[in-house]
Amino acid sequence: MATDIVFYFFSLITVFAAVGVIASRNQVHSVLFLVLTFFNTAGLFVLLEAELLAALLVIVYMGAVAILFLFVVMMLDVQFEELRQGAIQHLPMGIFVGVMILAELIVILSGVHLDHHAVEVTAKVSNTLAIGQVMFTKYLLPFEIASLILLVALIGAVVLTLRKRTGVKRQNISKQLARTRDEAVELVKVTSGEGAKP
Amino acid sequence: MPVQMPDINLVTLLPEILIALLSLVLLLKSAWGDENRGGSISAMVIAGVAIATAITLRGGDTTTFGGFFINDAFARFMKVLMFLATGLVLFMSQEFMRRNKFDGGEYQVLTLMALLGGLIMASAGDFIILYLGLELMSLSIYVLAAFRRDDKRSNEAGLKYFVLGSMASGFLLYGISLIYGTTGTTLFTGVATALQAGTGHISPATVMGVILVLAGMSFKVAAAPFHMWAPDVYEGSPTSVTAFMAVLPKIAAFAAIFRVLLVAFPTLHVQWNPVLQFLAVASLAVGAVAAIGQTNIKRMLAYSSIGHVGFILLGLTTHNALGFQSVLVYLAIYIFTNVGAFAIILLLNREGIGDEIDDYKGLARQRPMLAILMAMFMFSMAGIPPLAGFMGKLYVFMAAIEAGQFGLAITGVLFSAVGAFYYLRIVKLIYFDQPKEGAFTMVMDLPARAILTVAGVIILYWGIFPGALLAWSAAGVKVFL
Repeated sequence: MATDIVFYFFSLITVFAAVGVIASRNQVHSVLFLVLTFFNTAGLFVLLEAELLAALLVIVYMGAVAILFLFVVMMLDVQFEELRQGAIQHLPMGIFVGVMILAELIVILSGVHLDHHAVEVTAKVSNTLAIGQVMFTKYLLPFEIASLILLVALIGAVVLTLRKRTGVKRQNISKQLARTRDEAVELVKVTSGEGAKP
Repeated sequence: MPVQMPDINLVTLLPEILIALLSLVLLLKSAWGDENRGGSISAMVIAGVAIATAITLRGGDTTTFGGFFINDAFARFMKVLMFLATGLVLFMSQEFMRRNKFDGGEYQVLTLMALLGGLIMASAGDFIILYLGLELMSLSIYVLAAFRRDDKRSNEAGLKYFVLGSMASGFLLYGISLIYGTTGTTLFTGVATALQAGTGHISPATVMGVILVLAGMSFKVAAAPFHMWAPDVYEGSPTSVTAFMAVLPKIAAFAAIFRVLLVAFPTLHVQWNPVLQFLAVASLAVGAVAAIGQTNIKRMLAYSSIGHVGFILLGLTTHNALGFQSVLVYLAIYIFTNVGAFAIILLLNREGIGDEIDDYKGLARQRPMLAILMAMFMFSMAGIPPLAGFMGKLYVFMAAIEAGQFGLAITGVLFSAVGAFYYLRIVKLIYFDQPKEGAFTMVMDLPARAILTVAGVIILYWGIFPGALLAWSAAGVKVFL
């Protein structure tokens, strides 16, 4: 009973926060709503006794991803109001499709008995240990492929954004260290009242 | 709890490991190597792909990682097609890459990563592996589509492909989660066993899962009604990338569709077959009708590829040995026809023309050999004997008739006749119109000659002697019978 109350508490806030992400006018508020969504989802994970996933969600998604989002939103001057101009005219169609899919899913999932044997929870082993044991044994191959995907994301980000610009003043340490006194310092005799000439 | 290692047999993964290592080495080389290294990198890629092909051809039937990764005759067939597609496209686009300053090394690395993703999809025995392979392939191609980053249309193509592709991945993942929820496993064979054990009662959630997975995969092959992105992305991407994305993702996604439907969900055949039939007919209609009004040849080829996907799906719906075989044959022919057509587009691109259909006016007066080849590729796509494209369509129709699907076969023939119009329009422009002054003076280099010769000869050869291809594809589909 108590867990039920906690479950509905977390899931209600999750749903409302998720709506807030797309509905709020200020994009910084959107990101903050996103953080709220993540946090409540983490709460749901704790209810499932998946404490590692909950911790990862808080650390990685709230601590890193959402903060990065916040940075990007604040640094890029994206006019979200302009982007939203066309949204109103597509709204009826969007709501229609969304409601249809929701109704279908409710019909389908209401009569379904989901297989509770899907996850074997071994009580004696902690969550972290259990995930670690399958991640580097049974799921070694997916783990390696995922690392390649991250590499591609890295390369892609560099390829699409790095520009070699000419005429930019950059610090070149070896060049600085190689300078000698002769080429760096010039002694000028200044006559009084005339100022230094370049 | 003792740690249990799964059975790991790295020999099964040898071609994939080779490609992954090669791309990592090239990445380092491109970071620290000298300038103007495009030529040597392309040569290394092509050599690596050739070695991987040889290893693949010599491989035996094995599985590893507890059934996650399967190497069988079917996977080998699809992989060799993917190696051929990647190798040929890279080989022919070297000049294009030099001209557009794509040859820094990253382009080839991303191409190899896309290939690797495709290879993984063809061998996947588990939904997780399938999804990861798909993401690896798609992510690399999103970046490639936007590679010409100072060009607005290339950026638009990349962004559009990325946003819609992420949506499709979402569908796929949601479908997979429903399947996992109802069967308790993500392994294809495990799903099949779980469904067989519960015969008589098929959960609607499982069916929904299968349909969502099919929707996600249909997006990747650009089957109607999930094709909206294709014309814009094909048009906006750099031509060498368009050529690549017209072939590799289709082979990989069809390999995955095959395995998912026939290994994991043979018991749900009644449910998914109507969906496939709808996709097939819709793709045939869109491919045939929408291509007629196009003035850009890359857009036209996008619609044409949607039509070809319709034929391939038609072969899959027949659900008999001949039908499965016809899919493999069609894919093999499709690659060479497309590679040939894109090689000619790339050749004209050297003069800064070739994207518009009108640019091909009077090609026959200036370059009769090129005109003959272009006409051959167009005739092959239209399905006119004695070219290979005819054989592909013939086997699809034969399979449909053998399965008693006369309605589908007739629909296919009708749309094929409609589609012939726009292929023949290009042939008409080439032969019966006047060229512009000073057009078609580009120089042919060795790669262009080699690719055009290979594509032309193979299309003619498979059209007249399809025996070897048939035997090879028959071995490939034996896995599913």
